Amino acid sequence: MARPLLNVPREVKAGQSFEVRILIQHAMETGFRRDAMGAVVPRDIIHRFECTVEGEEVFSATLHPAVSANPYLVFTARLERSGTMVLRWVDDAGVTAEERVAIRVA
Amino acid sequence: MLARRSFVLMAAACVVVPHAAGATPEEVRALIRAVAGGAVPKLGRVKLEVPQLVENGNAVAMGLTLGEGVPAGAVLTDIHVFADGNPRPDVAHFRFGPRAGVPKVTTRIRLSTSQTVHAVAVFADGSCWQDSVSLIVAISACLDD
Repeated sequence: MARPLLNVPREVKAGQSFEVRILIQHAMETGFRRDAMGAVVPRDIIHRFECTVEGEEVFSATLHPAVSANPYLVFTARLERSGTMVLRWVDDAGVTAEERVAIRVA
Repeated sequence: MLARRSFVLMAAACVVVPHAAGATPEEVRALIRAVAGGAVPKLGRVKLEVPQLVENGNAVAMGLTLGEGVPAGAVLTDIHVFADGNPRPDVAHFRFGPRAGVPKVTTRIRLSTSQTVHAVAVFADGSCWQDSVSLIVAISACLDD
């Protein structure tokens, strides 16, 4: 899986909601298309995304083929203490992408 | 005369042949009932933002937020999104954990035809709220090539 694009603040205010914007390159092959020979192109999508901070769940998503190619997600988080945000994507082929961002609570 | 009549009937029959088996509004109603624990969700609290006229079904911007009338202290745990005209009715399921901020999600979805998109929000107290938008899709998300 390609390296994702992240837009995560490195410093936030305690208890204040902030936005996380992420984009990852992936064809999100639906499994409904046929190739030139008429054979069904097998499904291969990112079906799972998870975001945690120090083991605590922030946001997670179960995605279906109706999510566009190169899945883009915006969600929010709220921290009380500094920590490492872990972002994880899993696709049908079992490939996992993981990113870590240290966020400081001012 | 007879030949012309049968041709007209044949042509009419061709038009009503569906192009692909897909999700149905009944299937989506059953899925919504399942995530709402058997109840029918009330309208309100959750806001589904999608354009009513979609130029390109391959990437439709979709926003989910909480609307008016959410009492202080109500905790959102899940939002389920369904599309009743796609090949499969499921679109996405978002879960908000204890570290989530102000409930809000934005993403891009595929829509294969003009249809109704439904968002069902589940709160920690078990109550379920729904918003639905019927939209027109000019260019279908490509299914055939």
